[in-house]
Amino acid sequence: MIEFKKLHKKFGKLIVLDGLDLHIAKGGIFAVLGPNGSGKTTLIKSLLGMVIPNKGDIFFNGKSVLKKWDYRNDLNYLPQIANFPPNLTVIELINMVKNLRPKKANEKELIELFGLQGFLQKKLGTLSGGTKQKVNLVLTFMFDSELIILDEPTTGLDPIALIHLKDLIQKEKDKGKTILITTHIMSVVDELADEIVFLLDGKIYFKGSIDALKKQTNNTNLERAIANLISKQYA
Amino acid sequence: MLKILKYSFFDLMRSRWSYVYFVFYLALGFVLLFLNNDLNKAVITLMNIIIVLTPLIGTIFGVMYYYNSKEFTELLLAQPIKRKNIFMGQYVGIALSLTLSLVLGLGLPFVLYGLFRSTAIFDFILLLVAGSFLNFIFVALSYNIALSTDNKIKGFGYAILMWLFLAVIYDGIFLISLLMFNEYPLDKFSLIATMFNPIDLSRILILLKLDISALLGYTGAVFRNFFGTSFGMVVSMFILALWVILPVFRMNAKLKKKDF
Repeated sequence: MIEFKKLHKKFGKLIVLDGLDLHIAKGGIFAVLGPNGSGKTTLIKSLLGMVIPNKGDIFFNGKSVLKKWDYRNDLNYLPQIANFPPNLTVIELINMVKNLRPKKANEKELIELFGLQGFLQKKLGTLSGGTKQKVNLVLTFMFDSELIILDEPTTGLDPIALIHLKDLIQKEKDKGKTILITTHIMSVVDELADEIVFLLDGKIYFKGSIDALKKQTNNTNLERAIANLISKQYA
Repeated sequence: MLKILKYSFFDLMRSRWSYVYFVFYLALGFVLLFLNNDLNKAVITLMNIIIVLTPLIGTIFGVMYYYNSKEFTELLLAQPIKRKNIFMGQYVGIALSLTLSLVLGLGLPFVLYGLFRSTAIFDFILLLVAGSFLNFIFVALSYNIALSTDNKIKGFGYAILMWLFLAVIYDGIFLISLLMFNEYPLDKFSLIATMFNPIDLSRILILLKLDISALLGYTGAVFRNFFGTSFGMVVSMFILALWVILPVFRMNAKLKKKDF
């Protein structure tokens, strides 16, 4: 479904992606992991067309995405930091994003799920970080797209919202969708991910199931297995 | 693009600062009319304020909006919209809402005072046109600076410096060079130097329209000969438009390569 081919990206002198090759098949939850600054967000943003790679190409459903924009109608993206125009109300923002995409949205269900009914008429500038993240989640999940990209989706969420989020992700997966998640919360990965993509030094260091990772690193605990991978960078 | 424009525009129209800006112009208009008791004089005083203030406000609003809406812009960038349309929508939204504050804030008191029965109406309209141009020019310039500078503080600094340069320092250099080279014929030079600064260009344009160019001496006469004609007027308007088009052009070129 997604194919990264020999992707290079430099920020000044810093090489973030160094000839990265990655193939992501349709269906399932893929956790993109790696130490801080390993290029997870850069990878995702190049798929979204927000970061422009120096070399290489990206294919989404067989078509190159570079310099295109309409393919983005087939994917949903949850950005890392939720910050919205402070003078718009929640419902105005939701309607605006709905207005921007030629697609049906089921925001009502999600608003109820995250208990946002009381906040709809509030201005976004007055909301707490966790509530903003919930709005962010509503905006991401309200469209029915085959690819969902979540960048640190758990930030600031309370335990109940977190459970709802996990259920939501599971439900989308059961519909046969492809979901990319970056996170540092290993319990989320352990619970949800079908496959792990581990980035290190701008390349794919490991790609496979959680069990394969545990076997390779001789660890029964996922957190330790990941730490084992990361520690190679510090060595 | 129109959708983005609409939302940026409404977002700004609802912000406190747009009101402050609007009320400021409203108060300014009333106070000036009350103190001067004369439309023509009020227009002159107003010109001095507009020529310096609109660029400053345009600059500050431009950088502030860009940096404040950065994360939201990222959300928009992930939607199926062209990059260019997002930023053009934001740019026109800001410039338009500032222009609206200016036109309504000043227009209201002047219309109430009896602008339509006065001969000053054309001067006043020219003043508003120049002010609107300055809004569009300086929002575009500040957006350019913000797009090229990821560091918010630096971006703010550069933007203010840009304003300071065009509003104050440029005139200083201009005057010094006139003094230094006063043995040479300078009318061509000063005419061209004026073109390179949109603030100066609008100032001269309005001064000449107000028929007080006698104050400007010999150079004034040269300017009069150039700007006073409809040809001069068209050329200056064209150059003001160029001051909008070129920064917008560069903005789009920059956008093609920018990472978010």
